[in-house]
Amino acid sequence: MQLDARIPPGPLAQKWENRRFSARLVSPANRRRYRVLVVGSGLAGASAAATLGELGYHVDCLCFQDSPRRAHSIAAQGGINAAKNYRNDDDSIRRLFYDTIKGGDFRSREANVYRLAQVSVNIIDQCVAQGVPFAREYGGLLANRSFGGAQVSRTFYARGQTGQQLLLGAYQALERQVGLGGVAMHPRSEMLDLVVEGGRARGIVVRDLVSGRVSSYAGDAVVLATGGYGNAYYLSTNAKGSNATAIWRAHRRGAAFANPCFTQIHPTCIPVSGEHQSKLTLMSESLRNDGRVWVPERKGDARAPRDVPEDERDYFLERKYPSFGNLAPRDIASRAAKEVCDEGRGVGPGGRGVYLDFADAIRRLGEAVIRERYGNLFEMYERITAENPYHSPMRIYPAVHYTMGGLWVDYDLMSTIPGLFVLGEANFSDHGANRLGASALMQGLADGYFILPNTISDYLAGARPGEINADHAAFRDAEAAVEARTKRLLAARRKRTVDSIHRELGELLWNDAGMSRNEAGLKRALAHILELRDEFWRNVNVPGSDAELNQALEKAGRLADFLELAELLCVDALNRTESCGAHFREESQTPDGEARRDDANFAYVAAWEHAGDGKPPVLHKEKLEFEAVHFAQRSYK
Amino acid sequence: MRLVLHVWRQKGRSADGAFARYEVSDASPDMSFLELLDVINERLIGQGQEPIAFDHDCREGICGSCGMMINGVAHGPMRATASCQLHLRHFNDGDEIRVEPWRAAAFPIIKDLVVDRSALDRIIAAGGFITAQTGSAPDGNAILVPKHASDGAMDAAACIGCGACVAACPNGSASLFTAAKIAHLGLLPQGQPERSRRALAMIAQMDREGFGNCSWHGECQEACPKSISIDTIGRMNRDFLVASFAGPEKARVGDGED
Repeated sequence: MQLDARIPPGPLAQKWENRRFSARLVSPANRRRYRVLVVGSGLAGASAAATLGELGYHVDCLCFQDSPRRAHSIAAQGGINAAKNYRNDDDSIRRLFYDTIKGGDFRSREANVYRLAQVSVNIIDQCVAQGVPFAREYGGLLANRSFGGAQVSRTFYARGQTGQQLLLGAYQALERQVGLGGVAMHPRSEMLDLVVEGGRARGIVVRDLVSGRVSSYAGDAVVLATGGYGNAYYLSTNAKGSNATAIWRAHRRGAAFANPCFTQIHPTCIPVSGEHQSKLTLMSESLRNDGRVWVPERKGDARAPRDVPEDERDYFLERKYPSFGNLAPRDIASRAAKEVCDEGRGVGPGGRGVYLDFADAIRRLGEAVIRERYGNLFEMYERITAENPYHSPMRIYPAVHYTMGGLWVDYDLMSTIPGLFVLGEANFSDHGANRLGASALMQGLADGYFILPNTISDYLAGARPGEINADHAAFRDAEAAVEARTKRLLAARRKRTVDSIHRELGELLWNDAGMSRNEAGLKRALAHILELRDEFWRNVNVPGSDAELNQALEKAGRLADFLELAELLCVDALNRTESCGAHFREESQTPDGEARRDDANFAYVAAWEHAGDGKPPVLHKEKLEFEAVHFAQRSYK
Repeated sequence: MRLVLHVWRQKGRSADGAFARYEVSDASPDMSFLELLDVINERLIGQGQEPIAFDHDCREGICGSCGMMINGVAHGPMRATASCQLHLRHFNDGDEIRVEPWRAAAFPIIKDLVVDRSALDRIIAAGGFITAQTGSAPDGNAILVPKHASDGAMDAAACIGCGACVAACPNGSASLFTAAKIAHLGLLPQGQPERSRRALAMIAQMDREGFGNCSWHGECQEACPKSISIDTIGRMNRDFLVASFAGPEKARVGDGED
């Protein structure tokens, strides 16, 4: 396997233009001869499918949900970054680029990140034109707020429902194409395998989740926009259905998987309330614009928060990171919260929580202003916890939220399998070892609206349309493999439910491959994962049949893949003995407990090749070259 | 706490359905309603029985996947709350709770509590958009949107497409869903050129899908987990009337405020 990032020549600011000019084109009249399969209908998938449809390609778009509008992008709360500099606060494309590289702890590709910052401004324009109701000033111009890891106000938002509104914009553009006949939408359809023939991606095998029927779609290119793998941890802020099956199946067919150990733990989530917990709910990072994070100074202080006097509180983010304060980036804020809880100063049941307090902001601005900014988040908090955050501080704790790792892609967003493109959270490309807040929406829409529709033409122009159709033997083989696996999942009928095994996997990953990692723990996790995988295949109980809507079967298939992916995650974490961004190896820290990178040995993307079941994956390194920025200790002090 | 659930079980679209009784004696008041169903399902699987099928995904009240009639009320007893955000602390120990799927002619049952809501997508495909081909947009600040217009659009755009309004309506009408989209786009300057065309196309599709008409019963806004106002339906009817007389080509540039 050869990794060629195919970064275009020229100065950083010219690379994207150079790439677009050098790309081969498909003329408007020829586009209808090509069929593109888009898997996933979140921000990246819906925007790509809509835009490809507008360009005149035949598009099949699939999602496992009952409607493309339900993809998990819908739940993103806080906002979307763009280098508009509408605030006149020294923002620029270069600064957004730099903040993103630094935020990612110098583990992302310069050229991709620069392009992301360039395209960010077009995204806002596109969304406004579609009718996304962004927050406005009284004069009618767009409003902004601040997010973590930045000292400028560049985040655009629609109350606490920015992801919803951006997704509805993309969904409406997609449905318009469905109405016009350019895109065929296939909801309640789950991709279960990728078909590769003659070294190229040719199509996918899909299970219709209502009838259970397994069938194939052939296409001239396949686009995966299926999100991240945070649900490997069972408890995460992801939707229950979010899964890694599409990218994992593609990995098994030859797509390299990059940086799987870069998993983001978000600092502000509602803490676990009990055994029954099925998922965790995020409280938007935007709350840290006005909320102050603290714990009591004293261990085991059981007083109600309002009874703890000011001088007995530790505003630990403000204390440790005075220049960014409560808006320190996510990885850093999460570790700081874990640290104070490990010291015994955590609050709430089990001591796994810290306060996020709005009392000062309410005193300064009035309750009405806070209600206007965060009303829906406060309501959500109260609904879940039965506590009123206007009167007593929120209790929050870190939770798995986002995965920076994903399938390796080149500058054109093409994986190591020609014809297989990967967008959004499903790829690894832009966020390095840590993603900044409000940058996931930016990346998803940049990939889907602006990058893929331009880069895919170069691949398609070199492919013969319809070269292989779904009658080809490669499709029959893949279908047979899918059906055999399904039968095997249904065959055991033993003692364990899928969820009980998934919970166990989540717990072991959280403990040994979560916010901080060490060699012994990772080795323990690896051994445990193998046992659990064995337990799963021997002892799982999946009732019902494969010829009907069977949600237990869906969950079982996804867990089987998580059980494989979890192993690669730990292998990667074990290999990367440095700390960087969200990946914190206890063996590699500065005297004051911050992450210590090892640029001499680890300034590379770890791209893993699947070598077959039971064989260790093969590591390929893409060296990261930095021309425009210089390595620096990432400091938010 | 102890709860007794009577849950609608139906194998498939054309199969007969019936209520099945499930008792949970150790429910926690901090559980969400869907987590209670999770607990029942874990036990059913343990007994080798098929779990209750229900749609759910984000469990944060935003994706719109979940939805069930809980004691005859869409999404249950709490106002402005989707089923996933309904917690058991709002029930009493010993309560008997009846759980049913959305019931509407345009939402055929797929299995148990899962229904087919794709008709809502087809209403959007008919006209619930602003035509703005990727790449053709002017600068975001070239279009001034008064704050109150943006706020009003956002109120309507908060719709999560769950279908509770349809299930709550005695006529099985999708008027609140359709009107919310028409209001969202019609309140914005960007939405004016297609305003008449949009109202005609979306309402025609709503009729084709077999949804009933609005008779101002008002239950839809009570059931809506996002508190979308029935005023949007008045707005939709006005757009429809104007478009019916003036034709779909009547562009209404600049009159987003009426």
